[in-house]
Order: sequence, then structure tokens, then C-alpha cells
Amino acid sequence: MVAMRQKQNDGKFFQTTKRGEIQELKEELHANDKQKQKDAVKKVIANMTVGKDVSALFADVVNCIQTDNVELKKLVYLYVMNYAKAQPELAILAINTFRKDATDPNPLIRSLAVRTMGCIRLDQVTEYLLEPLRRCCQDHDPYVRKTSAICIPKVYDINPELVDDQGFVDILKDLLGDGNPMVVANAVAGLAEISQTCGKDLLDLDRGNIPKLLAALNECNEWGQVFILDALATYEPTGPNDAESISERVTARLSHANPAVVLTAIKVILKCMEHTENPEVLRMLAKKLNPPLVTLLSSEPEVQYVALRNIRLIVQRRPGILASDVKMFFCKYNDPIYVKLEKVDIMCMLVSDKNFDQVLLELKEYASGVDVEFVRKSVRSIGRVAVKLERACERAMNVLLELIETKVNYVVQESCVVVKDIFRKYPSRYEQVLSALCESMEALDEPEAKASMIWILGEYAGRIDNADELLESFLDTFHDEPLLVQMQLLTAIVKLFLQKPSSTQDMVSKVLQCATEESTNHDLRDRGYIYWRLLATNPEATKRVVLGDKPSIRDDSQYIDKNLLEKLSTELSLMSSVYHKYADEFVTRLTLTSSGQERGAEDDEEDDGNRAADRRREVQEELERGPGASNGTSGGLDLLDLGGVGDDSPSQRGGVSVSSVQKVQVLPSTQAGQHGQQGFAVSAAFARQRGTPTLMMTFSNHSSGPLSGFAIQVNKNPFGFAPKEQLVCSEIQPGSSSEVSVAMAPQQLLSNTAPSSPLLLQVAIKTSLDIFYFHVQFDLSVVLVENAALSRDDFTPIWQRVGEAGQKMAIIPMDRPLDSEMVKSRMAQDNICYVAQRQLEDGSVALYTSAQTSNNCSVLAEVTVSPGSSSLKVAIRTETQVLIPLYEALVSKRFAA
Amino acid sequence: MAGASAVFIMDMKGKVIISRNYRGEVPMNITERFQQHVIDAEDATTKPVFCEDGISFAWIQYNNLYLLAVTQRNSNATLIVAFLYRLAEVLRDYFNELEEESIKDNFVITYELLDEMMDNGYPQTTEVKILREYIKTQSHQLSVEQMRPPTAVTNAVSWRSDGIKHKKNEIFLDVVERLNLLVSANGSVLRSEILGALKMKSYLSGMPELKLGLNDKLLFEATGRPVAKGKSVEMEDIKFHQCVQLARFENDRTISFIPPDGEFELMSYRLNTHVKPLIWVEAVVDPGHSRSRIEYMIKAKSQFKSRSVANNVEIHIPVPSDVDSPSFKTSIGTVRYIPDQDCIVWSIKQFQGQKDFIMTANFGLPSVGAENRDAYMKAPMSVKFEIPYFTVSGVTVRYLKIVEKSGYQALA
Repeated sequence: MVAMRQKQNDGKFFQTTKRGEIQELKEELHANDKQKQKDAVKKVIANMTVGKDVSALFADVVNCIQTDNVELKKLVYLYVMNYAKAQPELAILAINTFRKDATDPNPLIRSLAVRTMGCIRLDQVTEYLLEPLRRCCQDHDPYVRKTSAICIPKVYDINPELVDDQGFVDILKDLLGDGNPMVVANAVAGLAEISQTCGKDLLDLDRGNIPKLLAALNECNEWGQVFILDALATYEPTGPNDAESISERVTARLSHANPAVVLTAIKVILKCMEHTENPEVLRMLAKKLNPPLVTLLSSEPEVQYVALRNIRLIVQRRPGILASDVKMFFCKYNDPIYVKLEKVDIMCMLVSDKNFDQVLLELKEYASGVDVEFVRKSVRSIGRVAVKLERACERAMNVLLELIETKVNYVVQESCVVVKDIFRKYPSRYEQVLSALCESMEALDEPEAKASMIWILGEYAGRIDNADELLESFLDTFHDEPLLVQMQLLTAIVKLFLQKPSSTQDMVSKVLQCATEESTNHDLRDRGYIYWRLLATNPEATKRVVLGDKPSIRDDSQYIDKNLLEKLSTELSLMSSVYHKYADEFVTRLTLTSSGQERGAEDDEEDDGNRAADRRREVQEELERGPGASNGTSGGLDLLDLGGVGDDSPSQRGGVSVSSVQKVQVLPSTQAGQHGQQGFAVSAAFARQRGTPTLMMTFSNHSSGPLSGFAIQVNKNPFGFAPKEQLVCSEIQPGSSSEVSVAMAPQQLLSNTAPSSPLLLQVAIKTSLDIFYFHVQFDLSVVLVENAALSRDDFTPIWQRVGEAGQKMAIIPMDRPLDSEMVKSRMAQDNICYVAQRQLEDGSVALYTSAQTSNNCSVLAEVTVSPGSSSLKVAIRTETQVLIPLYEALVSKRFAA
Repeated sequence: MAGASAVFIMDMKGKVIISRNYRGEVPMNITERFQQHVIDAEDATTKPVFCEDGISFAWIQYNNLYLLAVTQRNSNATLIVAFLYRLAEVLRDYFNELEEESIKDNFVITYELLDEMMDNGYPQTTEVKILREYIKTQSHQLSVEQMRPPTAVTNAVSWRSDGIKHKKNEIFLDVVERLNLLVSANGSVLRSEILGALKMKSYLSGMPELKLGLNDKLLFEATGRPVAKGKSVEMEDIKFHQCVQLARFENDRTISFIPPDGEFELMSYRLNTHVKPLIWVEAVVDPGHSRSRIEYMIKAKSQFKSRSVANNVEIHIPVPSDVDSPSFKTSIGTVRYIPDQDCIVWSIKQFQGQKDFIMTANFGLPSVGAENRDAYMKAPMSVKFEIPYFTVSGVTVRYLKIVEKSGYQALA
């Protein structure tokens, strides 16, 4: 076939950039010459394409809509679609043409009209769409019907009540029985979407309509097949026979060239497998699923990535399917890095006594590559193989030894961490690696690697002759080390002392002194004291505690929680299966699901409901327990070193304030919402509650009917707050009110603008009545994080960098004279942390404080407290100047009478 | 479920060239986020599907363009990625080359295609041959009366229109196989995989129904036909063009289809059998003592019957990225250095069976080595060639039956 060069040269339309061109275009649009008119519309569209606002020409462009040139008509429609929101009054002008076109003898024009009207997201337009749409759903041309079927969810999105009232859902259901496969497929897609939005299963699949879908599956195009398969995956087969007959009809799809068809078909078959217990059938189906899964690995890299994320779920759910195919997941030289990383994870999941040799050989090869991230991952994976399979351990150790000998810095560091894990799993074996590790100790500079090495030194102090020397070398720089390393060093030296008490007396007292007297960190200090007291009272008991057996470790880093896995197995190929997250954790789109919906009425919804309820209960319990409780338990374990290196994460939950907060009215009941409705009032406060920024609101219903269907959205804001969870609020009867609180997460919806003073959060609450907008004012303390005191060493450089020049002095009046301790504790309530203090000659005290925002900006202050004075002198220094007025306001408020 | 909210085509700097907002859910300036994550990001680790603030991004790269789709729902990720690839294919087919200029030159058609290929985020008609029937380039504009949606758009046969006429009824069939080999340093084959494809060019009139017979082992077994050993092939996985009746293949392994008009890939398959490579290439690399020169000695050996000849043999050998002043010596064919692919290509027009040839290459190296100079050592060599009427896997076409009502003389 001779390919024709189609030089369109529409590019020339982009070239008008002179001033006054809008006027020029206006004239051209009114030209009598049809060709000129068409060129003018093209120019307008070209301008729109490059992002220029040409909405001013709306009336003139709409003027061209009555044409029998299809290309021109499409362009005008495109224009109207884009600018209708900007010119709603003028958009009405186009409606008559739309309505006329919807009855055009040409099916292409009829569809075009319906399709475009559906995309104009204006209530006024939608009303006029209803009649043409109803008619077009019965059109004799299937092209028009399929377009209409997909138009109904568009209308639902704009105005759900309208769709319900006008019976469009039933029309859509009727289209499921249409004779044309594409109409059926689009009707399925439409119903599935509306079901998802309203939270009710409208597809209502049963043995009556399943055969219709299966019949359409064989005849519609590839995308339609995906819509149908996606819907089939939501159907619960009634029993083994039903499940088998569906999977029989679906297996043919596994040979389709389109990966979306294949992966979605796999999902349906896996679902059917859940409903059958016949081992013969299961084996047969598993055998059928294997080849298409492997073939997905030769598709485009982006598709491979999605497939690999899904394969991870499948391997965990049905390990048999790919058990013998670990080789298929060996990385190719030119695989993109995101594919390689996934493949390595799957290799670790599939590794077994039969294939570990090959897998380790392959991993060793990767570990000598050039991409640092991939090399690290490979080294870690060697450790995972060893921890998973005892028989592979010897071989893995040898590989690690070879890698350590390469002396490549990051390989050695990563190996060190891995060896620690292996020692945890198999204590007192493979000690030949110790000497190699000790030799390359100087190379370690990453905290995790260092901490691992120190753990090993402490654990094997008895077998490493110069363990004391090696540990001592770390001790000199104790205060420069990160906390992780300090904690480990403390424990390791205590272990060393217990094993070689005679020569290490000095060391242990030095480390205990460093930890208890010189360190400012509570956790380190507490751990130091515990060891000290243990050692002082009963050294033998200390031995039993500190050198006791540790619980064994297991590698389940790649394994997904059972409930999540079950849910995701039914959502293969969807976004959730790529992220390995529940859909409601990332779908923030407002849905109409009201929390007031009767629970249990919908069987298939029950699971979700229960899960959400469980989560709420957990949160509730945690809140009730309070921070102290959890702190206590984890702290205790920590001190006994039962968790090894792993659980050294400092538990920093102390000093979290739960202040009672005064709500203020932010939305009076007389203020109308988006659609002019009144009768909903809100009082709100935004403050930190137990370390989480929380938006607390009181909803009052002043309208005549009950309110339900609550949902929340916030506008982008400087600190990027976004709701962490759905708004949970049951129906509110007229005249009553309800308390709700929503935890917020920072750094989500960033507006990339400087914070205003005072700080405001713009909130929209959707109710069954209307959508209401309001602002909530809040203090800087909401964004200040807990326990973020800077160390003295970190404080000074910032303080000096900002210098006098950047300093802001403020005199803050107080309700009554306070001493420095009281000032400290008051400031601590706002998460302004104490760093150091200095006694001044005149008897006053200068306190140095630091506060840190959730986006890692620090605000430092020198607060001078003079005895008997009822004001504070505050010198504020920060590298983020915009925070100064907010900080000042916060402190003033805290100390105000 | 649900598809994409909006689709964008962007240049390499992240500037939107053209976009279509299907659902009005996601602000169109969302591309700024994409730019931050993909284009401005230092390392190339951004995943092809990722989520931020409840908005999912799925993207591919095509020539010097990014194609991006965003959604706010739990959409079918594979569907979206597959659609982006299809979109790129259709645009390329329309404009011959898909790049920034061709889209600007054809922005009206691009808008029309975006409108027709996806509605409300759901992919619709993406078959280029059918689209061409009602979305025409300027020179062939139709008036309203002429323009109708082809019945194929909604038909069960959505890839072929009625009433196609060719003066000469012809059909061509090619089998193209790619062999992926992993060979250890001592020369043993660790892994071999054959990826094959059957490509067709169909110029047949009317609505012909075709039946293709291969030496498929499972088919032979199913029909109980006795076959000589080595005459049949067991394909591990087969993927078909949508024109093939999958249910029928599932039942009795008959490959029966109504072909689209023109070129298309009928099927692709995969085999995992161990095969002896047809052309064996060995490379000896001598980086020299001074690190100022590097020398290659390449030996190519054909391991097929001496009667056969491999045509257009191309052997690609990776070299360090900073080599200079190349010089080659070879007894056959020509050698070129291709700097932008960091490789040398040894081309041999005709390579007879059971022969071996040697080529040597010499390069200078700058004294200051480039970063990652050693990366070339891991890069694979590749060999491309054609041997007429021969497949590595042994797949052969036994017959191709054509049935058409008008009863024209079939040629196969």
C-alpha cells in the first residue's frame, strides 16, 4: 500500500500573534465567504489550543454553528464545549442548534449533538438535553444509541436527581438487552459508572442477564470487551457450576492481542476460581492463566509495569500459577528501571529450594551493575532469599562475601544491613563473613549500615577479638551520630561489657554518661538509665535480659495484608491494583454515597461498610487509649532490646497536647450555598488533636427537611492540607446539630502560594441540600509538628545564618507575670520546643526555642523572661520570613489575657 | 471502572500541544504536576502509572512527545495505557509520522480523532481503517450527505467495511520471529525465547472468510492426526488480532477470521523451546594496557544448512560511549560505527550456511574516561537477518483457505 503524504499545514493557523487579533478574528468570523469563515474558526481553535483565552468570541463563533460542513460544525461544537462554562448565558444560544441537530437525518450529526451537549457541564443545558437524549436512546441507528448510552453517566455526573427522576437508569438497563453489541457494552460501562458514583449496584447482574453480556462479549470491539469483563468481575457466581460456566466462556479472551482484555479476563477467571473447589477445574484454570501472564511481560514497558504489579497480587493469592516460571522474571538489559525493580520483587516471591541457585546467580549479576538503586535492591533481595529459605542461606552468604570484597561503597553498606538480618534469622552461623565486614568498616557512612555493623559487633563481641577497639572508635564521635546509631552503640557496648567485663569498664561508663547526662534525647536517656540501673542492681539478670534469645524474623515485607489482597484480587488491572491500596484511600473524588445509607441493606456493600467501620473503631480506640498508653508499651520493649535494630524507631509521642478548642461560627444559616439554598450552619475550628491536624465542625440543620449525604472538599492551600478520611456524619434532623471531626494531612493539596495572615482554609461541604463554602481561620500551631526541637548544634548555624538583619523583635504582653518554666510549658502547648536557656545578668532568663512546620521550615526565637514583668521580649529568626507574623500572632494569642 | 478524565499530548518540556478534557473533573493545569514529576525529576524512576492527591497519571513516551491520561477514579489502568498506545498508532497512521509538527499541522483532525476515539473517558472506535472512512483529511472532505458512520463502527465486524473492491485479489503472509537468548560466558544457552508474529497484507474484495492452518501440535492432537516427530510446534501462548474468532479457536483451535483490509498483524506467539542459534557471534574485547585503545575481534558463524543463505545480516556490537577514530578490517560485508547508539554494525548482504567470518575493530579512547564507560560490557549484542521460507521455531503455514460469496479465485 502506498502511504500518501498528507501535509495538512494547519500549522499556519497558529501564526497569528498580532495585537488586536480578536477584533480581526471577529470580522473574519462574520465573513460571507464560507472558506474564510472556516479558516477563522480554525484560527480561534488554534488560539484555544495554545491556551489563549478566546472566550470573548463566543457569540461570533456560535454564529457559525448553522452549517452543513461537518468539519466546521465539529470545530464550533468543540469551542462551545470548552467555553460554555465561561459564558453560560451565551451557551444557551447554541442550544437550539443542538436540539435541531439531534433530530438531523444524519446519524453522525445526531450523535455529535448528543455527545457534545453531554460534555457541556451546565445545568441549564442539561435540562434541554433530556428530551433529545431520551429519543436518541431509541434511535434506529446503533451508532446513535451507543453514543446516548455513554451520555447518561455524563448527565448523572452533573445532576443525579434528574437522571433518577427521568427514569434514565431504566432506559440504560433496557439497553443492556439491545441487539447491538457496542450498545450493550456502553450501557454496561454507563451503569457500572453510575453504580460506583451512587454506591448502589444498578447493574444487578444475575443469571438472567449474564448470558446477554457473555453473548455481547464475543461480538463487541476490544474496549467493549473490557467494559463487560470489568462488570463481570463484580458478579458473585451463585455456585461452582455458575462459576465454571462463566470462566469457560471467558477463557477464550486470554488469546486477545489487547493486554487490557487479557488482564481483565484473568481477573474474572480468578474470581470464578474463588467459587469452585474442584481441584481438577482449579488446576486446569491455573494452567490456562500461566501463558497469558507470561506473555504480558513482552508487551510495552508501561503495560508490563501494570501487569507486574498485578502479578505480585496473583502470586500471593495463587502461588501455583507461576511457581515454575521464575526465569521469566529475570531482568532484561534494556528493561526500564521500574520494571526491573518489580521483577526482582517477584523473583523473591517465587524463589524456592528448586531455583534459588539460579535466582542468587542472577541477583549477584544485578548487584554488579551500574544503577545504584537497582544494585541496592538486588543486594537486599539476596538477604530476603536467605531469610526466606534456610537452604539458600549458605549460598547467599557466599555471594554477599564476594560482593563485600568488591569494595564498592554502596554495595558494602547494603550488604552490611543484609548480613545483620541474616544473623538475626540464623544466629551463630556463617561467622566467616565477620572478618570481611570488619575490614570494610571505615567505608560505612550511612546510619542504617553503621547501626547494623554496631549491632553485629555487640552481638558477636565474644568472637571478634578487637570488638572493643572497633566500638570505641565510634564512641569518640558519639554526639555527631544520628539517634539510630547512638541507640545501637549504647546497646552494643552494654552487650560487650556483659561478655568482657574486665577490659570494658571504662567504655561502658563513658557511653552511659554520654547517653544519660550529655544527650538531650529522651529515648536515649531513658534507655541509658535503664541499662545503668540494671547493671547496678543485678548484672546476672541483666545478662539474661540483654543477651537473651531474640524472636526470629521473617520476611514479609512484600506481602500484602489478607483483607487488602482479597479486595485487590477482584480489582485487578484497576488503579488500586497498581498502587496496592484500597480505592477509597486515593479516590478523593466526591461521591454521593451518604453515610446515612441503611447499613446491611445492600449485601455486596456490607464488606466495605464493615471495613470502614472497623477502621473507624480502631481510630476511636487509639484515641481513647491516648498517647501515653502506646508510648509505655513500645518504650518498654525498646529498652529490653527485644526487637534488635529494627524497632529502634524513636517513639515520639510524648508531650502532645490535646487542648480544648473553641469553635466559631463560619457559616451562618442565612448564607446560601452554590444553588441558592439556605438553612445549613457550621461552626468550626481547626487545631492539632493528638498530633494530627483536625478540622472540628458542628453542623446545624436549620432547614425544613433532614440533611444527609455529607462530603467534604478543601481548596488548595499553602500548607497543602487535605482530608485524610471521608467525612462521617449521619443524617441530621431539622433543628438539631451534629459534631464531626476530620483528620487532615498536610503536604497534599499544595497551592504553592505564600500563606495568608491570618491563615485560612477554604472548605466546601456537600449536603443533600446544597454545596456550601466557607473559610476556617486557624493558627500557625496547626502546622507545627510535635517534638521537633532542634539540637543545639542544629540551632546555632540557622540562628547565625539569619543574623540580626533577619531578626524580628516583638514585645508580647502577658495576662500575668510568669516564670521561665511556665513560659516554656505554655509555648510547648503550641509545639514550640525548648532548646536551651541562658541566665542573664539582670536576673532575667533567655529561652531559646524552635518550632518546625510540617513542610520543614524552622522558626527560632529567643524569648526573654524578666521576673515580675508582664511582657515577653521575643526575637524571632527564621529563613522563611512569611512565617514571622503568623508566629507572632500565635505567641500573642497564647499569652494574651 | 471508568476511563480517563482527560488526555494530553505534550512536548518534551511538558508544554501541552493538544488536549481533550472528557469529563471536566480534573483541572487542566494538572500537567504542571506531571512536569514536576516526570520531566523535571532528576532520575528516571517515575513510574508509568502513579497517583498524587487522588489523581492518577498514566503516561507513555512516543518519539519526542508525551502522551498522558489522568483520572480521578479507580479506572482500569491497563485499558488507559493500551489506549494511549493505540492513540499514538492511529495518529501516526494518519500523519505518517507522529511528532510535534505533524500534530500542529493537523490539529483539526487530531481533535476529531480524540472526539471519536474516546467518549466520556471510554475508548470507542480505534480501528484506523474504519476511522478513515468518516474522518477524512482535508483534501477528501465529504459533505454532510455523504458522511455517515460506517456500519462497521457498531457491527460485530468492527474492523472491516462492506463493499471493498480490489481489481486483483491478493493476500500476503509473513512470519517474523525474534529470538531472545541469554548465553553464559562459557557459551551455554541459559534461556531462549522465541517471539513470533504472523503479518498479513490483505487486498481482498467483499467479505472474505479465511481459515489458516498451522502445524500446531495441539491441533494435531485434538484431531487425532498422526504427525511425524518434529513436524509440529507447540506454541505456549498465542495472541490474536481482534478479527479472529476466539471462541472458535478455544473450541477446536481453528483460526478463522474476516481480515481487515490492508496490513495487520494476525497473531503473535511465544515459545520457550531450546534452540540452537542460527548465527553464533563471539566477541573478544581487548581493552589494552594503556586504556588508550580498545580492540574487538568478532567471529560470526552460521549454524544452518550450507544450502541456505541468510540475507541482510546485521550484527550490532555495543562499544563504550566515548570511543573515537574507528578502524575496521573484515573479509566480508561492511562495518559502520553509529555513535548515537554506541555500537558498531557489521552488515553482510548474504551469509551462507556453515561458514564463519571474522571482523576486527580498533578504537581510540580518550585518557579521561566517560562516566559509566563500562556500561557497554553489560549491553547485549544483537543479530538481525532473514532466511526465506524458514522459521527458527519450525512454524509453517499448512494452508490458507479463502471463502467469499462472489467466489473469486483464491491465490493462496
